[in-house]
Amino acid sequence: MMRLMVVLSAAVLALFALSLTLGPAPVSAAESLAALFSDDYGPLTLVMREIRLPRSLLAILIGGGLGLAGAAMQGYLRNPLAEPGLIGVSSSAALGAVLAINTGVATGVALGLPIAALLGALIGVGLVLLLAGPQGGSITLILAGIAISAMAGALTSLVLNLSPNPFAANEIVFWMMGSLADRSMLHVYLVLPFVAVGAVILLRLGRGLDALTLGEDAAQTMGVNLRRLRLMLVFGTASVVGGATAVAGAIGFIGLVVPHILRPFVQGQPSRLLWASALGGAVMLQLADIAVRVILPARDLKLGVVTALVGAPLFLHLIYKTRKGQS
Amino acid sequence: MSILRVRTLSVTRRARAVLRDVSFDVRPGEFVGLLGPNGAGKTSLMRAVLGLIPAEGHSSLAELTAVDRARVVAWMPQSREIAWPVPVERLVALGRLPHLPNRGRVPAKDQALVDTAITRMGLDAFRARAASRLSGGEQARALIARALAQDTPLLMADEPAAGLDPAHQISTMQVFADLAREGRSALVSLHDLSLAARHCTRLILLAEGGILADGPPAEVLTPELMARAFGISVWHKHTEQGPVFQPLEVLS
Repeated sequence: MMRLMVVLSAAVLALFALSLTLGPAPVSAAESLAALFSDDYGPLTLVMREIRLPRSLLAILIGGGLGLAGAAMQGYLRNPLAEPGLIGVSSSAALGAVLAINTGVATGVALGLPIAALLGALIGVGLVLLLAGPQGGSITLILAGIAISAMAGALTSLVLNLSPNPFAANEIVFWMMGSLADRSMLHVYLVLPFVAVGAVILLRLGRGLDALTLGEDAAQTMGVNLRRLRLMLVFGTASVVGGATAVAGAIGFIGLVVPHILRPFVQGQPSRLLWASALGGAVMLQLADIAVRVILPARDLKLGVVTALVGAPLFLHLIYKTRKGQS
Repeated sequence: MSILRVRTLSVTRRARAVLRDVSFDVRPGEFVGLLGPNGAGKTSLMRAVLGLIPAEGHSSLAELTAVDRARVVAWMPQSREIAWPVPVERLVALGRLPHLPNRGRVPAKDQALVDTAITRMGLDAFRARAASRLSGGEQARALIARALAQDTPLLMADEPAAGLDPAHQISTMQVFADLAREGRSALVSLHDLSLAARHCTRLILLAEGGILADGPPAEVLTPELMARAFGISVWHKHTEQGPVFQPLEVLS
C-alpha cells in the first residue's frame, strides 16, 4: 500500500518534470527548469511560466480529480463500470461550453467558455439532485444522471445541428475532444478551487464507501448516513468534473480505467482506492498529454482522443481478464 | 431492562398492510428466533425495527441516531452483498468501523475482536482470501463474523443459516446461543424449525399480519400453531439428545 503510493507519487513528479521540459524549442531540460525559476523575464521564462507550467499543472489537477471522482463513483455505486460522467455533469458542462462557443460568448468575454461550462454543470447537477429526490438510494441517482446526460447530449447536438456557422461547429467538435493546449495560469486559478473543494469532499467519503461494500442496509446500520453520503458524492464529483470539463473539455476513460487498474493493488478497499486513483489519474493524464505532444506535434492531436484510444483497449483487456476469471 | 422495545409497530409496503400492531421486547440473554411462512413479514419487521423502512408505532432502535444505533445493534441483511474483492480479515474489520476514528490502523483491542469473530466463524484459513470469491456459505460466515466484530449488545440477522452446510448451521446457532449466555441478545429469522427448536431460547411466530405466538420453543412449535401458520404436520419430542423437531407433511 505505502509502496504503491510512493511509486505513484514519484511517477507524478517525474512526469511533471518531463512535461515541463518537453517542447518544440531546442532547449535542454536543465536550462528550461532554470528559466522557470529565474527572474529575467526572458522568452524562455515566459514560455515556461505561461505555456508549459499551466499545461503541466492542469494535467495533474484534472487527471487527479477525474481519477478520484471515478474511484468515488465506483465505490458508491459498487460497480466497476461506473464513471464520474454518469451523473450528467460532464455533458451539461459541455452543453454550457457549446452554447458559449455558438453565441460568441467564448471569444467575446474573458474566460467566457469555462464560466459558461461551469454554469452548465451547476444547472445540470441541480436538476439531477431535484430528479433523484431526497432519499439516499443509488438507482434514482443513476436514472436522473442518465436522463440529464441524454438531455444535455441532445441539446448539444441540436446546437451543432442548427449552427449557422461551420467554423463554430468545427470549434465545438474540437473542443469536445478535450485538450490542455494553450491554457494559461488563469485557467489553473479557475479550476483549482473547484478541484480542491471537490477533492476534499470526496476524500472524506472513504469510510462510508468502505461500509457500502456490504450494501446499503448494512452500511446504514453501521452508522453511515446514506443521504448525506450521496449528497457529498454528487457535490464533490460535480465540482471536480464540472471544473475539469470547463477548462479541458470532455476527457473520458480516466475516471473509468484508473480505479479499475489500481483496485487489486489496494485489496479492493474503496477508501484506499480514492488516494491511489487520484495519483493514478494524474499519472495517466500526464502520460496522455505528453503523448499528444510527442506523437503528432504538428497536428494538434486532442487529449480526449488519446485517453480514449489508450483507455478502450485497456478496458477490453480487463473484460478479457474478468471473463477468464468467470470460466 | 430490555435491549429492544417494540410497541404497536405497523408496516405498510406499497399500500399493502404487511404487519399490524406488533409489540415485543428483547431482553439481555435471549436468543430469539423469528419464524413465519414466506411473506409473513419477517424481513419487513426487522428492517422496520431498525428504522430502515418507514413504520408506524415505536421501536427503541428506530428512534436512535444512525451512529448510536450502530453501537447497540449489528445487522446482517438477507442479501449477502460483498461488492469488492476485499480480504476476509478486512471485511470482518469493517464491523469495527462505527467504533474507530476516521483514519489509521485498527487498534489492538479492535483487532482482538476481529480475530475472535474470525475464529468463532471458523474463517482462520480464509483470512487473506478475497471475500467476494468465496463460496456462498463461506461468504455468509464472513458476513456473520463482520456483524460479530461490531461487538454490540444486540445482533440481528436475516436468515443467517440459509445456505450453510449442517455443521456450520449448528455452529452458527451455537455462536448466537453463546452470545446469549454471555448476556447479549440475538434476534434471528429462521426457516429451519428444527434448528430453532434446539438452539433458540424464545421463538416469535409471525403469521396473519402479526404475532401468532411468542414464547419458549416448546410453547410455539405446537402441532396446532404449526398447522395454522405453515399448514404442516410436525413431530416434536423431547429426547435424551434434547428437543427434536421434524416437519412431516403438508396439510391439505
